Amino acid sequence: MLDARATILDVANLKTIFNTRDGEVHAVNHVSFSLAPGELLGIVGESGSGKSVTMMSLLKLLPMPPAEITDGSITFDGRNVRAMSDEELRKVRGAEIGFIFQDPMTSLNPVFTIGFQIMEPLRLHMRMSKKAARTRAAELLELVGIPDPVARLKDFPHQFSGGMRQRVMIAIALACDPKVLIADEPTTALDVTIQAQILELIKDLRQKMGMAIIWITHDLGVIAEIADRVAVMYAGQIVEHAEVTELFRNPQHPYTRALLETLPDISGSRAKRLMSIDGQPPNLSKAPSSCEFAPRCRHVFDRCRTENPQRRDITNNHDVACWWDASTGEPADV
Amino acid sequence: MFDDKKTPLLRVRNLKMHFPIYRGLMKKQVGAVKAVDGISFDIFEGETLGLVGESGCGKSTAGRCVLRLYEVTDGSIELDGQNIAELSGKELRAKRPEMQMIFQDPQASLNPRMTVGSIISEPLVEHRKMTKVERSARVDELMDAVGLARRYADRYPHEFSGGQRQRIGIARALALNPKFIVCDEPIAALDVSIQAQVVNLLEDLQEKYGLTYLFISHDLSMVRHLASRVAVMYLGKLVELGPSETLYTAAQHPYTQALLSAVPHPDPAKAGNINRIILEGDVPSPSNPPQGCNFCTRCPRAIDICHQDEPEWRQIGEDHFAACHLIE
Repeated sequence: MLDARATILDVANLKTIFNTRDGEVHAVNHVSFSLAPGELLGIVGESGSGKSVTMMSLLKLLPMPPAEITDGSITFDGRNVRAMSDEELRKVRGAEIGFIFQDPMTSLNPVFTIGFQIMEPLRLHMRMSKKAARTRAAELLELVGIPDPVARLKDFPHQFSGGMRQRVMIAIALACDPKVLIADEPTTALDVTIQAQILELIKDLRQKMGMAIIWITHDLGVIAEIADRVAVMYAGQIVEHAEVTELFRNPQHPYTRALLETLPDISGSRAKRLMSIDGQPPNLSKAPSSCEFAPRCRHVFDRCRTENPQRRDITNNHDVACWWDASTGEPADV
Repeated sequence: MFDDKKTPLLRVRNLKMHFPIYRGLMKKQVGAVKAVDGISFDIFEGETLGLVGESGCGKSTAGRCVLRLYEVTDGSIELDGQNIAELSGKELRAKRPEMQMIFQDPQASLNPRMTVGSIISEPLVEHRKMTKVERSARVDELMDAVGLARRYADRYPHEFSGGQRQRIGIARALALNPKFIVCDEPIAALDVSIQAQVVNLLEDLQEKYGLTYLFISHDLSMVRHLASRVAVMYLGKLVELGPSETLYTAAQHPYTQALLSAVPHPDPAKAGNINRIILEGDVPSPSNPPQGCNFCTRCPRAIDICHQDEPEWRQIGEDHFAACHLIE
């Protein structure tokens, strides 16, 4: 399933549950993926599919308790992340793995200047002097396309617009030259014209800096544009994984296929009626014992209701967790 | 200026909504946020007019003004020949049942302490003289119409998912048999797979009850699917209005062109060969719009006249209007 290329980040069988008053919530169920240096992996899924929790679990950014990582291994740059002490983790967070969060309004501290917030990781992780950090901070602002960077270092977050704040977040995430950048719905709160600016910026930065990126989103359009590989998540599991052109040309899982069909197109002929996926996502109160998508699936048959499918290879670099075979339209022979 | 062959259900002329800004001890008015600054459009019976634009362009304010949820600064809003902007409180109340609204956030627009049944029947209590039995029969009918099981009438909003809550909001809007519904981003808070369910429901209801929608959204592809005509708004003004097909294939205004090109394509094969127009900078503040054309600060094709004179809103093709100096 995972190929033999060099990997910077390898996650195998990750399982995260939340122990709440109303019982357990199985947010992430045996998720495995790997990331090669310089690669952009897109993670698509609806709200509640566990895509953010998976990424937060990687660096133990979740409140524990109630969250608990019960199984799996996380290897970053040859090191075992699950065995790291809090102090070791702090050295990785923000330095070797950068984070960009969804909402640029709430993830910047309103009482500190932008300059202070960009300099903070530089001073802490890179042990830079104040002067050197300030010079570097101005360079970073320029890199993310903020005009007049030296003067703007003294500004506070409320003096920036939404798109500009997201650029500042990107500058902070890039400050220590991370090997991996995790972007959690970075353009969801932005308008399309601003989103287009940020996507251009990310493409440009990838070429300049060559870091690997994990891009979490629910927007298949964004994924089609920037990702190299895509993992589709549903109910805490990866249900399909392939290279981006392969996934859009040859989707296998009924959920992926339905998702692509529900999207209205901006050009071409107009569909009389939108395809919809009936029903609701499951509530994840217990570990999956059958296919979680079965109640909403068009192709469901007996086996789906009794056994949870494991990911199986279709072709090189394309795997799917489904008992149904899209090429024959029959139950798969496994 | 407008085609008078068909009589429009709603006729909006030169609508303005300026929110005053007060400063200092004496609360002196020092300026105004020109959220909506002189827009004109018609909506014909049984059609859907899409209103698109980026956040802060005034599209939601425009939608609220049309229902007179705000006291408008200037302009007229005629629904069925009656000017809503000038009605007295009593007359307006009598008019309310004809025009309803579906809100963006189904979480915030439903009272958490009321059961679904009482939420849906509240408009009936306010505007109709019905007995309890009649009301509960009407609630059942409405719940059937929007695809909610009748047995849920005694439950509270928090027991429902986002898509189901939006259905409750739709049932409430339908309760008084309105002619005209303003849908203010009704699907923005929902997941992709649920969006399609709600959009299909809105279309079914339109067909069944002959409803007329003003559909406000920032999702250009969804508007293309739903609307017969589309209006594009930028910084309080309409920049282009035309039939959906024309607007999406042959947009004339540079802002519409940029907006359409910015939409990501869910197809990697096509993603590479789009001529994307990346706009520089951000939207200016509506309290201090630029001189001349509102779009001149970001327009890739702006010429001298754009920085001096405001372009006129005029017809440029069949049922196609725009405000731009560059269009012949």
